[in-house]
Amino acid sequence: MEKSLNWREFIITRAIKASGYSAVVFVLLIFFFLLREGLPTLGEVDASSLLNIRWYPIEDHFGILPLITGSIIITFGAALIAVPFGIGTAVYISEIAPRWMREILKPLVELLGGLPSVVLGFLGILVLSPYLRILLDLPTGLTAFTGSLLLGGIAVPTVVSVAEDALDSVPRAYREGAWALGATKWQTIWRVTLPAAKSGVLTAVMLGVGRAIGETMTVMMVTGNAPVMATKLGSLFSPVRTMTATIAAEMGEVANGSTHYHVLFFIGMVLFLISLIVNVIASSVVFRAKKRAERILS
Amino acid sequence: MTKFLSRNRHTVQRIGFSLITLMAVLTVLPIVGTIIYILVQGGSAISWGFLSGFPHDGMRAGGILPAIIGTLYLTIGTAIFSVPLGIAAAVYLSEYAKDTQWTRLIRLAIINLAGIPSVVYGLFGLGLFVLFLQFGTSILAASLTLSIMTLPVIISTAEESLRAVPQAFRTVSISLGATRWQTIRKIVLKEALPGILTGVILGLERAAGETAPILFTGAAFFLPRLPQSPFDATMALPYHLFVISTQVPEMPIQIQYGTALVLLVFVLTMNLIATVIRSRARARRQW
Repeated sequence: MEKSLNWREFIITRAIKASGYSAVVFVLLIFFFLLREGLPTLGEVDASSLLNIRWYPIEDHFGILPLITGSIIITFGAALIAVPFGIGTAVYISEIAPRWMREILKPLVELLGGLPSVVLGFLGILVLSPYLRILLDLPTGLTAFTGSLLLGGIAVPTVVSVAEDALDSVPRAYREGAWALGATKWQTIWRVTLPAAKSGVLTAVMLGVGRAIGETMTVMMVTGNAPVMATKLGSLFSPVRTMTATIAAEMGEVANGSTHYHVLFFIGMVLFLISLIVNVIASSVVFRAKKRAERILS
Repeated sequence: MTKFLSRNRHTVQRIGFSLITLMAVLTVLPIVGTIIYILVQGGSAISWGFLSGFPHDGMRAGGILPAIIGTLYLTIGTAIFSVPLGIAAAVYLSEYAKDTQWTRLIRLAIINLAGIPSVVYGLFGLGLFVLFLQFGTSILAASLTLSIMTLPVIISTAEESLRAVPQAFRTVSISLGATRWQTIRKIVLKEALPGILTGVILGLERAAGETAPILFTGAAFFLPRLPQSPFDATMALPYHLFVISTQVPEMPIQIQYGTALVLLVFVLTMNLIATVIRSRARARRQW
């Protein structure tokens, strides 16, 4: 009895420890398989044509620049929406809203985070883009701008929840100090609370942007999918195509092991590296801020 | 200083508060609007035949049963892999791990998993499960892909609720002669259960609504019958909505809204269950 208990305990402890490392294993596995299928690209397509402005796989034109600029312009537009509205909503929830309002708003914002992106894309096609086409007098409503609007909505919950956490963790004494000095609530928010939560808010913005770059279905459905260079601000109102949408739209039709197949994995590798960089920087900002807070308290 | 104490600072505050409130309202209104709009538009498409029938006439008529069943299969498949693994990983982080470089590496890996674009998960699933392990385009490959994507959500919410259990509970249990695992299983996990359940459901909710990871790992455009084994491909609600709203010309709008409604109700129900579990647990908690 005693012995079997020890044995079980031993095995279970081992299994739990192994599971603990699973996340590391999966990140490495993902990276390995992207490299394995993506790196052959560099042998099959030379760098100059890869960094070209023409994406036309049927004739072996694999210039990924239009896809990168497409992703950048849509993400930029999304950030213009998600950052002010996300931070504004976080400030409202954490600093201004009465308690009952907070209890309603937080689950609602969480709900937005859970809405399937394909549903937003669907409404984008049927409702938003026809409306924008008439409102802005465009030849088509399926533009980068439509994508940015929806993507902004998708990135907002991320920004709100992280920024709100950051604002929440600012000690109440900071605010009380400011009020005691005669500052209004508004002045306290701008000059004390937000600056104190700066690193967390920055993390929120970065994670929101990361979420927007990686979004696939919505942008594939509403941006028109034309692989043209987006170089000027006006490109915001014409069709573009992102890296994510290209993978999703074309992977189903390529032959395994073909050059086109390898290039799509190569794009996936670029996306993986972007999200890696964004997340490593975002988390190191948080770590550094924590250390500073500890220094202040000690 | 004069600016800081100027007399119109209360006016500034009033204007500022109104602006911020307006922003919050503008953020939330579209969410409510979207849900109501789909409920209203899709409501008339819902009938027993729609929910229990197969699509026919090139999917322009009939029901969406295979897509509903498919999404159920994928969600259950995802749960089978991600729930035990995710909870075990959370137990490790909360109960066993010390704050070392390795633990920090695990946390970094979890954050990164959470940030990887869903379509990249699709590529990975294609490379590993479909081609390398030769599962083919199947429920199994798609579920495994979705599991890895869901893992970070489950780990971080489960860890948070495990950590919320007071240290004294563990000390008392150990002092009564229980082993570490007995303490974890009978005391810590039991107390943290509502929080863990909330995280699990929210993670699975995301998996159920995802399209990009299953595009090349398990989703089928159209199938005349239900999948017979885990090695069959399957139709799924989100992919079906994508297909009928972009790939099928002259698709009746009623069926599109109906499909969106069913997917939305599926996801909202899970969300509601999670919210209820969380708030009931909070109300009942005595520590």
